Amino acid sequence: MTILVIAEHENGAVAPATLNTVAAAAKIGGDVHVLVAGAGVGGVAEAAAKIAGVAKVLVADNAAYAHQLPENVAPLIAALAQEAGGAAYSHILAPATSNGKNILPRVAAQLDVDQISEIISVESADTFKRPIYAGNAIATVQSTAAIKVITVRATGFDAVAAEGGSAAIEAVAAAHDAGKSSFVGEELAKSDRPELTAAKIVVSGGRGMQNGDNFKHLYALADKLGAAVGASRAAVDAGFVPNDMQVGQTGKIVAPQLYIAVGISGAIQHLAGMKDSKVIVAINKDEEAPIFQVADYGLVADLFEAIPELEKLV
Amino acid sequence: MKVLVAVKRVVDYNVKVRVKADNSGVDLANVKMSMNPFCEIAVEEAVRLKEKGVASEIVVVTVGPATAQEQLRTALALGADRAVLVESAEELTSLAVAKLLKAVVDKEQPQLVILGKQAIDSDNNQTGQMLAALSGYAQGTFASKVEIAGDKVNVTREVDGGLQTVSLNLPAIVTTDLRLNEPRYASLPNIMKAKKKPLETVTPDALGVSTASTNKTLKVEAPAARSAGIKVKSVAELVEKLKNEAKVI
Repeated sequence: MTILVIAEHENGAVAPATLNTVAAAAKIGGDVHVLVAGAGVGGVAEAAAKIAGVAKVLVADNAAYAHQLPENVAPLIAALAQEAGGAAYSHILAPATSNGKNILPRVAAQLDVDQISEIISVESADTFKRPIYAGNAIATVQSTAAIKVITVRATGFDAVAAEGGSAAIEAVAAAHDAGKSSFVGEELAKSDRPELTAAKIVVSGGRGMQNGDNFKHLYALADKLGAAVGASRAAVDAGFVPNDMQVGQTGKIVAPQLYIAVGISGAIQHLAGMKDSKVIVAINKDEEAPIFQVADYGLVADLFEAIPELEKLV
Repeated sequence: MKVLVAVKRVVDYNVKVRVKADNSGVDLANVKMSMNPFCEIAVEEAVRLKEKGVASEIVVVTVGPATAQEQLRTALALGADRAVLVESAEELTSLAVAKLLKAVVDKEQPQLVILGKQAIDSDNNQTGQMLAALSGYAQGTFASKVEIAGDKVNVTREVDGGLQTVSLNLPAIVTTDLRLNEPRYASLPNIMKAKKKPLETVTPDALGVSTASTNKTLKVEAPAARSAGIKVKSVAELVEKLKNEAKVI
């Protein structure tokens, strides 16, 4: 059994979600190969070769793979999976990031197999658990496909060590350029705080923050705690903060040690994104708010008084 | 241009679903069903393209049970011109649905296909991408802005770090994210008019598509419940608990 893990990388570095995905691959068992596809990704490949438990790194360094356009990357992965006419890999895993979600179903369809999305646990080499209905039910799914195509929810698996491995690096010559799409530009939100999905502490604000300016109270608290700042959909839709801060079913899934929900009612869709956090704190002036049903510690208080006080005390 | 929109009938997003006692699935008997929220956004985007004079015809399609006609009628009331129901009583995987949609795409030859980014029941986020692969079209997933420019479509996508814009050759597949638009409500006169709009029903067999699956759901369980928490009286008490009891700060 050999497993191919599609590396997530950005700005010349391996993204943390790749380490969680390698951990999922290790649970399945077998040799783990990592594919690094992109343009100018030699450094990423070297970093990937150091990940603990990786046997081989494949590097597809070609202008066609810049910005991970799925029309070009998916045929590359499908071709690697079917090398030598059969199934060269028993499993293809990608982190359930926006890239992984974009590319992998395209690969699965090209291989004519069903995909299993966002697994949270490995039961055996062919059986996996995944949440459905916004996390209100957990399905156990078995795949009979010759090549199992799977995305991995990073928060479901503890990351493997980024150092300690010494995998061989092998270049992949194949270049697939479908010529159907092109990259125009990007607008990335800048932040000095830890990445939301990898942070140990997350402080999130909702509609109760009233406006975007008031988020400065959360930023101050977050900086004191070394935390990332998230938001509910209500706060994003109201224009308080950019949408890449959204935590929930349709935003990011986080599972930090401590999640502090401030002025968030706790709709099903928001809970889907944070209810696996180790400790949940809710600060809300409405004592009937559903968030208190999942909170380990609840404080019924006006957030504009509680947050500055909290910042002072931590 | 012709625009094809795929919609799905799902349990209403406000319903708190319950897992069946025999762990065979979730209990959907007597539960309110609606159009998947992302599909509503897809219909709205198509209607706006028509209002701008970009789209000439909107065909709405669903794969599902006979009752999914309700969701097609809703789409017709919102502005779609005609509807296609691919009737299948059993629950199909995303790949099977993508294959059925591919057969409809082959027949209808739309320039643009709009789907939601994911259905809130299965939470798969696969069908649009799979349809793009099967039809050989480019894909613009998680779209928050769609602009037709000649024989191309510019799609601004919501990605993990922010926004990314790609240019796709038409015909193309677009999947909607929440911020693409705010769907309108159907007016009563439009609901009445929608009853007269054409709705064609076909079967997977008639489309020549096999819906066999490589995935099997063995069981469905309720997630582990969190143990009940406590309410603290003051910020000082909260900080004390976090430091000494939970030891997280």
